[in-house]
Amino acid sequence: MPFLTMMTILLVYQLVGELIVLSLDLPVPGPVVGMLLLLLSLMIKNPFAVQLEVSTGFLLSHLSLLFIPAGVGVMVHLVRLQQEWLAISIALIVSTVLGLLVTAWSMMAICKLLNWKKAQS
Amino acid sequence: MTHQSAIWVYLSASPLFGLALTLICYLLAVKIYHKGHGNPLLNPVALSVLMIVMVLSLFDISYQSYFSGAQFIHFLLGPATVALAIPLYFQLGKLKKVWIPLSFALVLGISFSGFSAYYIAQFLGASEQTMLSLIPKSVTAPVAMGISEKNGGLPTLTAVFVVITGVIGAVVGGWVFKVFRIEDDSVKGVAMGVTAHGLGTARSFQISPQMGAFAGLAMALSASVSALILPLVLSLIQKT
Repeated sequence: MPFLTMMTILLVYQLVGELIVLSLDLPVPGPVVGMLLLLLSLMIKNPFAVQLEVSTGFLLSHLSLLFIPAGVGVMVHLVRLQQEWLAISIALIVSTVLGLLVTAWSMMAICKLLNWKKAQS
Repeated sequence: MTHQSAIWVYLSASPLFGLALTLICYLLAVKIYHKGHGNPLLNPVALSVLMIVMVLSLFDISYQSYFSGAQFIHFLLGPATVALAIPLYFQLGKLKKVWIPLSFALVLGISFSGFSAYYIAQFLGASEQTMLSLIPKSVTAPVAMGISEKNGGLPTLTAVFVVITGVIGAVVGGWVFKVFRIEDDSVKGVAMGVTAHGLGTARSFQISPQMGAFAGLAMALSASVSALILPLVLSLIQKT
């Protein structure tokens, strides 16, 4: 699929997502609604799923590039970061480790519970 | 003013400069990362941000004039979020098999990463705005900024926390799984996607394709679920 077609499809879905969010005053960001709408359209009918996968591969494989402009925003918040650096760094590091563990453990625990139930019945 | 410095003043304020600088630094950072055999400490995003901040402060260029060019890259986060529907679509079969444990892990993981940061920051005396900006830090940037704005945080500060969290997740993930003997690739992938969004997903793809697929799946689901539950949990907390 040509680059232009892919971008048009993605932008139209994003635009519709933004319109829905604004008009219904939803608490969800527009691109997320756009993503769910695209998923729904692919599930109903998928004439271009494979072509889209190939063309969006480029966008998604450089996902980390897209975070850089936001990351450079650290410049604007230097004063706040200097004042609160200890609280912020401990909060970020500890919560990331906790988040990894809670997610992994809860998933393993529910898997075990379901298997145990299956074995019982 | 000499002719050369006039040219420089013009260029450093034009969008071309921020755009080119971002791409050059990213390509350079990716090269350094590969030279270092994919050592997670040499995370390309962290390296690029460091290089760009150094260049900007060296030439005394403001973030606003840098962003007038870099916004074109930043803008792509929106369509990239929409594009996440595609890997999600191809993983639907796997999703159907694990949706019960996955939804529990999502809700618990999202709330825990966000609100543990909120309470740790509160305990250590951080300001209210910092605490609010920390809540969506595990969600992918465009969504996190949207949540932050709705919660009364600072979207740009949240974006910085999102990037730092992603880098931390990519760096410590492998180590945490080793220490706590978590071995299943699908479980590790989900944990990385929920906690460290796109940067955790990029890291997972390097470890194994299965881990990457589950991380991408978890990140995309987390983006939609977080936007619903984080503001809800916050309003419950603020009421009590």
